[in-house]
Amino acid sequence: MNRLSVVSNDRVDSVTQKLMKEFSQRIIANPPGVCPIDMQLAFLKVCHAQTCGKCAPCREGLGILEDLLESVLDNTATMETLDLIEHTATNIKNSADCAIGFESARMVLLGFEGFKEDYISHVRDHRCTGTFEQPIPCVTLCPANVDIPGYIALAGAGRCDDAVRLIRKDNPFPTACAFICEHPCEARCRRHMIDDAVNIRGIKRYAVDKAPAGQVPVPACAASTGKKVAIVGGGPSGLTAAYFLQLMGHQTTIFEEKQQLGGMLRYGIPNYRFPRERLQEDIDAILSTGVETKMGVNIGTEEIEALNKEYDAVYIAIGAHTDNKLGLEGEDSENVISAVEMLRRIGDGEYPDFTGKRVIVVGGGNVAMDCARTAVRANAKTVSIVYRRRQDDMTALPAEIEGAIAEGIELVTLKAPLRVEKDAEGKVAALWVQPQIIGPVKGGRPAPRKAQKTEERLECDIILVAIGQAIVSEPFEKAGISTKRGRILANEAGALNRVGMYAGGDCVTGPATVIKAIAAGKVAAANIDEYLGYRHMMSVDVSIPEPLLNDKVPCGRVNLAEKESWARRDNFEGIEYSMSDEEAVQEASRCLRCDRHGCGTLRGGRQEQW
Amino acid sequence: MVNLTINNRKVSVPEGTTILKAAEAAGIKIPTLCFLKDINEIGACRVCCVEIEGKETLVASCNTKAEEGMVIYTNSKKAQYARRMNLQFILSNHDFRCAACLRNGSCELQKVCAEMNINAMPFKTRYEKDDWDKNFPLIRNASKCIKCMRCVQICDKVQSLGIWDIINTGKRTSVGVKDRKKITEADCAVCGQCITHCPTGALHERDDVRKFTDAIHDPKKIVVVQIAPAVRAAWGEGVGLPKELATEKRMAAAVRAMGVDYVFDTNFSADLTIMEEATEFLERFTHRDKYQWPMFTSCCPGWVRFIKTQYPDMVEQLSTAKSPQQMFGAVTKTYFAEKVLRVDPEEIFSVSIMPCTAKKAECNIPTINDAGAGKDVDLVLTTREFDRVLRSELINPQMLDEEEFDSPLGVGSGAAVIFGATGGVMEAALRTAYYSLNGVNPEPDAFKIVRGTEGIKEATVEIAGIPVKAAVASGLGNARELLERIKRGEAEYDFVEIMACPGGCAGGGGQPITEGKEMAGERGSELYALDAKNPLRFSHENPSVIALYDEYLEKPLSHRAHELLHTDHLSWSVTGK
Repeated sequence: MNRLSVVSNDRVDSVTQKLMKEFSQRIIANPPGVCPIDMQLAFLKVCHAQTCGKCAPCREGLGILEDLLESVLDNTATMETLDLIEHTATNIKNSADCAIGFESARMVLLGFEGFKEDYISHVRDHRCTGTFEQPIPCVTLCPANVDIPGYIALAGAGRCDDAVRLIRKDNPFPTACAFICEHPCEARCRRHMIDDAVNIRGIKRYAVDKAPAGQVPVPACAASTGKKVAIVGGGPSGLTAAYFLQLMGHQTTIFEEKQQLGGMLRYGIPNYRFPRERLQEDIDAILSTGVETKMGVNIGTEEIEALNKEYDAVYIAIGAHTDNKLGLEGEDSENVISAVEMLRRIGDGEYPDFTGKRVIVVGGGNVAMDCARTAVRANAKTVSIVYRRRQDDMTALPAEIEGAIAEGIELVTLKAPLRVEKDAEGKVAALWVQPQIIGPVKGGRPAPRKAQKTEERLECDIILVAIGQAIVSEPFEKAGISTKRGRILANEAGALNRVGMYAGGDCVTGPATVIKAIAAGKVAAANIDEYLGYRHMMSVDVSIPEPLLNDKVPCGRVNLAEKESWARRDNFEGIEYSMSDEEAVQEASRCLRCDRHGCGTLRGGRQEQW
Repeated sequence: MVNLTINNRKVSVPEGTTILKAAEAAGIKIPTLCFLKDINEIGACRVCCVEIEGKETLVASCNTKAEEGMVIYTNSKKAQYARRMNLQFILSNHDFRCAACLRNGSCELQKVCAEMNINAMPFKTRYEKDDWDKNFPLIRNASKCIKCMRCVQICDKVQSLGIWDIINTGKRTSVGVKDRKKITEADCAVCGQCITHCPTGALHERDDVRKFTDAIHDPKKIVVVQIAPAVRAAWGEGVGLPKELATEKRMAAAVRAMGVDYVFDTNFSADLTIMEEATEFLERFTHRDKYQWPMFTSCCPGWVRFIKTQYPDMVEQLSTAKSPQQMFGAVTKTYFAEKVLRVDPEEIFSVSIMPCTAKKAECNIPTINDAGAGKDVDLVLTTREFDRVLRSELINPQMLDEEEFDSPLGVGSGAAVIFGATGGVMEAALRTAYYSLNGVNPEPDAFKIVRGTEGIKEATVEIAGIPVKAAVASGLGNARELLERIKRGEAEYDFVEIMACPGGCAGGGGQPITEGKEMAGERGSELYALDAKNPLRFSHENPSVIALYDEYLEKPLSHRAHELLHTDHLSWSVTGK
């Protein structure tokens, strides 16, 4: 007998680990709309299978919970059963000996609270609250419901111009979304179940590179209705609404405060992520529908009243363009610059020069990354991002953070800014920070608190503040438009409390993604059309290729390559490479065509028109 | 053309053809279960799976297009296994006690299982239990449902009502009434199209056969039966009777053989309906400004339910004339009881045999009864139930000689018999309206422009120099489209006929079921043939109808006619609220 042995991974364990990994991929791709209680029961069975069997609450209690959940699903439960589920789970949570038990019960309780409505519906009506609307995961998760399987198939078949036309049925910004969409569509891509999500944004990028938006004509507008719609704000939401309203035969006029159109696409997102000439392709296509524009116009309270009188409907999409302040001592020092301000100037071609400067960026979102990477390109000596939580807690996309690190940016995490120190001339000398310790989870995120460490002084010449944006909603409030916490209050149709007035995009949601702003513009266009007494349906005459009959075997995902960091650090040119034809065809062939397989063929599948 | 090989046979088919159709062209019949052409091509049952050479996984032949150079095997080991085992999977969630199912013998699942040599069931069976309201005319038996989704699709795509929904997910996926409603709370038109497209016994009419046979054997009851026009074009299908033997006179003999006391014809009251409805139309037409236009026919109870729930603001545009079924019931328990039989109308048990499930709901409308002797129509049997009675009562129609209908309510014109086909009511009404305005009959076939099975038909006909704009729609999806056109001001009509079922009553939800084939066209042609050979071509020439007015009702739209033959469509609600 050996006293000790080197443990080897036996085959059962390694296969189990592989299965668990695949299982987690499957969980990622959980289809939207499935019965949450059925899922919960399935989770519970997995949890129970992990039980060692020592303790009663876990060994027996979890099984009892399974039976109770089963009875809910089998229509034999009563409202009393629901009380029993809660008591049982609570007891297991309170009395189990280890995480296998108490965490299982906690998950049951979380679900019990989270979808109580479904539990009650099962007991009372013997069914789930869910319906079969929108069963194609990517389309469902795209706020604008773009026909993703359709354009993937078209791009894969080399019909990139048709792909652009199909995208435009729901979204007039194919190029913008090809470059900078946060692609919520990929989150639950069913391909995860086989290997990994389809690179949807990458395929769209391929399509707009092969068939640039400027070269694909927009559809013809419907006969003029004689109706006039004013659009306040020339960003993605306003331009989207204008585009669709023009196609519906209404005459739109965009009132834009700045010198150029594009909103945050121009004044927020740096050129290296989305080259301006490519943005212009989308804008030109939208304007080709006959949108009128009035640039450099500020819309105040009086002007709102005038627009309301002069136009048949008004859409407000002013975005969120003012900065948030840190509220720290010394913030008024020279060289404390707001991110919004800097990116805005860059949007009009005014690039900063940080040669030889030490730059600190405060914030952890995408804008902070944009600022930091801009500072690198503005020739800063050093660039650091100061954040009071951990890297994992940053709200920026992981790829953006990685890109920043690759460009030589330091992440200084768990440091909360305290005050700005100025020198004798009133210029920034340093940022004082208080080290933090990461602590218990609050509101779903681990919260930092003051660590038992002394304050630190971070020397710097420039501080860029990127801690969110605010909305200039006062003029609208004064015009009698309801607001809530500084945001314009619109209902789910985009309608305001004043008849004939609509709003959408960042000014309603707070700073969010471009695709959400586009979706809001689409929704507003449809509802304004109805409000004006019409029902113009948007559709496109593009036939979608039949699904490929390829076997669905695992295949790696083609990712978009970026320029080497040394080649991109000193200029503002685009950094991302497109796919080759070979890559695009392969990547498109990975699409499982959920529009034609699974429940996509049934009710709620492809939306031919809206 | 696309060239491919199926089971080593070369076949050429037009581009876009499915593998299923291509195989058919090569003489190979691939079994299907959920497939319903153009309506349900979702590849759900996976019974039609075939193997494509070089591919690991099978494809559903019903919704996969044939491609150039494909080499397909329908009989590879994989394909055979898939067909058989997928059938067994379906059986594992199906109550296959077929002997006690009313689709026994006409069930597609049963048929395919037999063809596929399913003679053992290796899997445990569990099936859903339901809590359906068994008093409703449309019954869903959850234990028989195979989740083919045809009902959902028919109701969505053809009837535009969307009553059904796919409920729950995972192993508990099922079909239920949308919006968590009970069927009695839903806007269901009870058209029965989901029944006639259900491959199994999951959807069927409420079976009222026992109530009928009990009445026959009750010596105190005088059982009076009326038979709807469209029944005669379909009844033979359900008892395996060849077309040439399934005549209306043999049908009359068969009904009499069941032991009923009087065998009458709804054609009689269809003529009566024309008298009332055409007169009402002319009354409205000559007082145009008093009414909203167009006037709609009211003889289809599925359509009446539809307009009440979907277009409540247009209900007053329905003709107030009752349907032929209800006119028949009212006349039976008044005129026939009082003047002809001289009996207490309470003794009469009034039965109708209808191609329709909505008729079962119609006879229960609380405000429909005007004869003052209980329900004007006591019981409605569908054509399918009629056929089931014939079989279970050991009546072999083949052995019966043709017999006449009884008199006087057994007389009907050719104009009445075409009520059973889409456009027929319109044509019949125009024939009589023409006579009313001109004083002479038109050519009997003068208005045949409104015939045919297209979903929406339009015609402008001239009567006494006045153009009458008519439209005809069958199928509720088409009805909705027509009504939307009217609402948007894109179309203007004077008189509109609508039937809930595609093709009219010939394609009714109570008719015998033929898998994979829409029978309305053929049956409709038969009705037009009956019209052509009937010496009576005009409703106003029906002698029994003339006698009824002379002896009892005086004239169309008279006070008594209003009492008995007209109804207030606003006096009741579809959901009973």
